[in-house]
Amino acid sequence: MAKHPRSLVPTVGAAPPIEVALPRPRPAAPWRLTRFLESERLLAALLLAPAVVLLALFIAYPFVMGVWLALSDASVGSPGTFVGLRNFVKEWNDSIFQTAFQNTFFYTFWATIFKLTLGMWLALLLNRQFRGMRLVRASMLLPFIVPTVLSTFAWRWMVDPTFSVVNWLLYSIGLITNKLPFLSDGRWAMWCAIVVNTWRGMPFFAITLLAGLQTISPDLHEAASLDGANSWQRFWKVTWPLLKPVTIVVVVFSVIQTFADFQLIYVLTGGGPANSTHLLATYAYQIGVATGLLGEGAAISLFMFPVLFVVVWFQLRYLRRLEGA
Amino acid sequence: MDRPRSDRKTGVDRRAFLRRTGLVAGAAGLEGILGARRAPAYAQGTKLHLLRWNDFVPACDEELRRQLGEAGRALGATVTLETINANDLQPRITAAVQSGTGPDIIMLLHNWPHLYEASLVDVSDLAEWQRKDQGGYYSQSEAAAKVGSRWVALPHSIVGVQMAYRKSWFDEVGQTTWPRTLEELRLVGLKLKKNGHPIGQTLAHTFGDAPTWAYPMLWNFGAAETDVTGRSVLDRKETVDSVRFMQAYWKDACDEGALAWDDTNNNRAFLAGEISATLNGASIFIAAKRGADKLKDEKGQPLWQDILHGPIPNGPAGSWAYHVAFSHGIMKYSKAPKLAKDFLRWLAAKEHFGRWFEAAGGFSVGANKYWEEHPMWAKLDDAMKIYRTAARVSRMFGYAGPPSAKATEVYSKYVIVDMYAKAVQGMSAADAVAWAAGELRKIYG
Repeated sequence: MAKHPRSLVPTVGAAPPIEVALPRPRPAAPWRLTRFLESERLLAALLLAPAVVLLALFIAYPFVMGVWLALSDASVGSPGTFVGLRNFVKEWNDSIFQTAFQNTFFYTFWATIFKLTLGMWLALLLNRQFRGMRLVRASMLLPFIVPTVLSTFAWRWMVDPTFSVVNWLLYSIGLITNKLPFLSDGRWAMWCAIVVNTWRGMPFFAITLLAGLQTISPDLHEAASLDGANSWQRFWKVTWPLLKPVTIVVVVFSVIQTFADFQLIYVLTGGGPANSTHLLATYAYQIGVATGLLGEGAAISLFMFPVLFVVVWFQLRYLRRLEGA
Repeated sequence: MDRPRSDRKTGVDRRAFLRRTGLVAGAAGLEGILGARRAPAYAQGTKLHLLRWNDFVPACDEELRRQLGEAGRALGATVTLETINANDLQPRITAAVQSGTGPDIIMLLHNWPHLYEASLVDVSDLAEWQRKDQGGYYSQSEAAAKVGSRWVALPHSIVGVQMAYRKSWFDEVGQTTWPRTLEELRLVGLKLKKNGHPIGQTLAHTFGDAPTWAYPMLWNFGAAETDVTGRSVLDRKETVDSVRFMQAYWKDACDEGALAWDDTNNNRAFLAGEISATLNGASIFIAAKRGADKLKDEKGQPLWQDILHGPIPNGPAGSWAYHVAFSHGIMKYSKAPKLAKDFLRWLAAKEHFGRWFEAAGGFSVGANKYWEEHPMWAKLDDAMKIYRTAARVSRMFGYAGPPSAKATEVYSKYVIVDMYAKAVQGMSAADAVAWAAGELRKIYG
């Protein structure tokens, strides 16, 4: 093996010179790429590039395109011209938009409340040891696993205006004499949609909260019991504070999904009767895609952005404060 | 001990191979393009993709599929048919136009050609050929497919819309003939509903059954969306009268669950014996006849024998209907527009369309009066013969103005349908009309 080159480094004073081993000079890289890859910063950029390209392509581009469309009078087959905020003003004064806007808040609020309450209740039940526990936990996820369109179709058949099995059952056992207007009355239809959304979304809450519950040490409950706390006090003083961060994360996810819900309403009611169940997403679809008014459709869907941004910002801020505490 | 790098390069490694072959292939391709001095040309299309709805008469789709093979052989092309739910056609058109790819020919309902005008190939030559070959078009077919002086779609057919009703149930309440006026219909419906046989009429967001009732309700009371110049004139006494009638008719005679019906619900409800009458194409009668061994009335007799049809009865201003015009549009992005035109001409030829027309059994009629004289009509049951000339009394969206893209917007937003739907749910007639008039003013100006 070749000897490393050595150099004599002069030192101050009378001490004898010390021999210092210097690194072997590297041979010039035969290929520039090798040198390029040796730079950590450049390598990091290279590795990040695919993700950035994907995000730019599938998140940033559609968003920017959506903003541009919302600011234009684009319609199907016509690229459109810049019209400023005209679409936003038009929609804000549109009575169907106003209905859809209110509906979206109503639907999101109640569906989230129900999903949280029932999901928490279910998680507490499933946190106990019982026979067949795993089977019950797995089957609980079924509504969440079945594609939304399929499960909503099943619900639609169950509450069909003419052939509803629920109406038939209630009529058969003598509880009703006239059909209940599940989908043919605006208020009933909205509550039907909330029930279906709750049925579908509750398992997500339950399974996530259950995971959170299982991280809480039983010692804490034991200590609280020894101090004389009853079950409500144990929940309120021990479980809830420790579960709060998980709960907030789940609620944030749920609010985002519910506020932008489309499939469920599209299949169950189509926004009817008389627009009484339209949400922003379904109305944006009707205007933008079905009617072909792309600019107006984009403006309607962009109304969701600031609302969701504020909700997420407040909830994450609260979460950070909790973590700090 | 590592071998010197130079020693390892005894053959061609993977990277070198890819680099070299890539460069060679790229260079060869580029050389070819540069040598030709023009952009690479795509082969002229020999494939055609036709998009239509799922026909309410399945025999029509079967006949069309059979004809596509025949057309393919005649034109030296492969023609494929895709059928989807009619409610999904508009979203599909938007996606196809915006992405610049999709079916070459798309079936268009109503006056959609006006909405998609910029994306459709001019087919004036075809339309003029068909006019010469088969006579003048029905007014709604022409209004639907002709924008200004240009034909942007080729009229194909019209689905006639009549009220199917159960003769025996009408007889039971003393009505042995079809009511002549809307008021008579309400009074008969009152008795029928008391007998547990309401009339079924949807006021939901459907592509056919709701607008085919709601628009004629305007016209038959003398109301209209616009005047001849296209200015909104909905906010009139006639409109309020029409909505008031609808409120009473709904409460007295109709199945109130129908606010949530789609275009298939009334068919199912009628065949299941839940309703006594409904406005529809002839598909109920045709389905009852084809399923005669299963579909029976209360006496165990084939249901179809108890079904008759009647027009929408007269309102104070007459009896107008909205029979749905169908046309075929060739998309501008198509790589084979000439082949698409040749195909549409082939499909519209008397000998080919005639077979499809016979398969429809009166559910769909031709876009020209020529088809009123077809020998098929003599073979059909009496109950079906009303469809022969039904298309003569139709108006088009946007009446009395032109059936413009704005009229399509009103239709797509279900403004007219929702005006009635709001009123039957409790809003006062005047408020419902004021709401709809406001929406129309925003669209028409």
